Amino acid sequence: MPEIKSFTMNFGPQHPSAHGVLRLILELEGEVIVRADPHIGLLHRGTEKLAESKPYNQSIGYMDRLDYVSMMSNEHAYVMSIEKLLDIGIPIRAKYIRVMFDEITRVLNHLMWLGAHALDIGAMSVFLYAFREREDLMDCYEAVSGTRMHATYYRPGGVAKDLPLEMPKYEETKWKSKKDVNKLNEAREGTLLDFIEDFTNRFPKCIDEYETLLTDNRIWKQRTVDIGIVSKERALQLGFTGPMLRGSGVAWDLRKKQPYEVYKNLEFDIPIGTNGDCYDRYLVRVEEMRQSNKIIQQCVEWLKNNDGEVISDNNKITAPSRNEVKEDMESLIYHFKLFTEGYCIPKGEVYSAVEHPKGEFGVTLISDGSNKPYRLKVRAPGFPHLAALNEMVNGHMISDVVAMIGTQDIVFGEIDR
Amino acid sequence: MNSQNLTEKSFIEKNNFLKNLFKNNFTRYKCTFEDNDEVVFEGNDFLEVMSIMQNNNDIKFETLIDIIAVDYSDYGISEWNSKNANNKGYSRGIKKDSSGRYTYETSKTHFNQPRKRFAAIYNLLSVSSNERLKVKFYCEDDENPSLPTATSIWASADWYEREAYDLLGIVFINHPDLRRILTDYGFIGHPLRKDFPLIGNVEVNYDLDKERVVYQPVTIKPRVLIPKVIREVADKEDKNA
Repeated sequence: MPEIKSFTMNFGPQHPSAHGVLRLILELEGEVIVRADPHIGLLHRGTEKLAESKPYNQSIGYMDRLDYVSMMSNEHAYVMSIEKLLDIGIPIRAKYIRVMFDEITRVLNHLMWLGAHALDIGAMSVFLYAFREREDLMDCYEAVSGTRMHATYYRPGGVAKDLPLEMPKYEETKWKSKKDVNKLNEAREGTLLDFIEDFTNRFPKCIDEYETLLTDNRIWKQRTVDIGIVSKERALQLGFTGPMLRGSGVAWDLRKKQPYEVYKNLEFDIPIGTNGDCYDRYLVRVEEMRQSNKIIQQCVEWLKNNDGEVISDNNKITAPSRNEVKEDMESLIYHFKLFTEGYCIPKGEVYSAVEHPKGEFGVTLISDGSNKPYRLKVRAPGFPHLAALNEMVNGHMISDVVAMIGTQDIVFGEIDR
Repeated sequence: MNSQNLTEKSFIEKNNFLKNLFKNNFTRYKCTFEDNDEVVFEGNDFLEVMSIMQNNNDIKFETLIDIIAVDYSDYGISEWNSKNANNKGYSRGIKKDSSGRYTYETSKTHFNQPRKRFAAIYNLLSVSSNERLKVKFYCEDDENPSLPTATSIWASADWYEREAYDLLGIVFINHPDLRRILTDYGFIGHPLRKDFPLIGNVEVNYDLDKERVVYQPVTIKPRVLIPKVIREVADKEDKNA
């Protein structure tokens, strides 16, 4: 028999299951991994440096582009840190809208994760089903902000606009017949809230569909059960948060433990795993989708019954309406100052964190009293997760690397910043 | 608003919290509160302080959430003197010498701050008792900033320290593998330092003759659309909750 020596292999950065631009240097002994050294930074855009040179509001759009599959959650942490330093409150309706879109974002993120993770381990069809539902949620993003992904919808002081009373509709084309269009538009006849409500009624059945494909699937279990086990103690040591930490059996969720916005008033449960392997993290995330669905339903109900402002009327922070600008000198001045200079924030340092779909997404903001952040530090949940990759893959087979990258829900926009 | 327990406590309560944490050793460590919610330690007790944080009986900070390295050299320096006006009107925000307007040749630090130039803020989280604490250490030497590594206490410190080294040039002594992490292979400089030009120093280009990617000095010019200005802050009366 020929002797197999250990050798070093390069994985990525252009590899479909590297989830973007991950480059791994793998040291192998036969098919067993001895060491994995992730090389990151191939998507580094210097968000933090750029933010230092711009007034506060102009960086909201950059936040979308950090974790580009859970856009609004990123914005949330950023605007929350500004609000905290300014010490301003936001209208209650804006809080509910934010929570609703945070949860829509969570579902969006988990669907993307589920599809990609399954595809990586060899299950093709889940991806197609997951993207069918993602399309509907993307439409909600579009209806509310005008864009499907990079919304820039949250603003310091609230959200940019109130929810629209009309959904955009499909039109008949060469490829879509009248009949198809009518069917597609059925749920879009009412307001955005009607559409979301309809979605939340349909969605649990869709999750059941994904679960029939995966949960008891023998191949799925062979690829995920007992793969990448992380104990409670190690998970905390390694700085895990979110589903990665909960998969290891630690009941930690910022929405429950340090509730922000209106999570206190909502009813939902926190799923946790027992073994801390890939399969547990899968189950945790699937259950989280069900819980998010419940939260969205509660928010829709509240929003249907309660009207009100969606953004603070403090015109030093938020833009006055077009009509006010035309009629009122003060408003014109505020408008001019806001768009030529921005607003100054009192000196100080704050940290604000949200329970992002991937874990704790935090923003540390240091202000020296000027109209630009002195230092902005983004705490991306994926960063410590990927740092633990070496420990997680150690001793596993080379094909498990892909399962591990999948289970960590890696997105390079946030890790590389 | 985020209800983080410690930040909402009064100064005395916070002090008591620390006294509780360090028990009899409290007076040994020189610590003060800065910006009201982070505790600043002075001296060389880094590893001692940190291991008490991570491993004591009352409040265990099991997780290191983040390390925030900061360069304070430009702190509180405005590009626009907004206070003085003379008969020619108000000043214009076009001061040439400020970060954001630097190029490779013109960059410099104007450092005359009361505090040290570099600091690292350790953002700690206690999952068991639901507390957060920010611990700050200043680097003694402004020229060659360094701190001991915390990797032996929290495993997650590994990459955070690599990042702080890469972007701000703080050297973490005894770190097992202190390489650059986010910037390019062979990168020179520390981008988040305030004297590093926003436009960068080099750009990449595909050279047709050499048939490979080449590095060359940047060809773009620095441009600041909105100058940095420090003003007395807006009244806080218009709060609406």
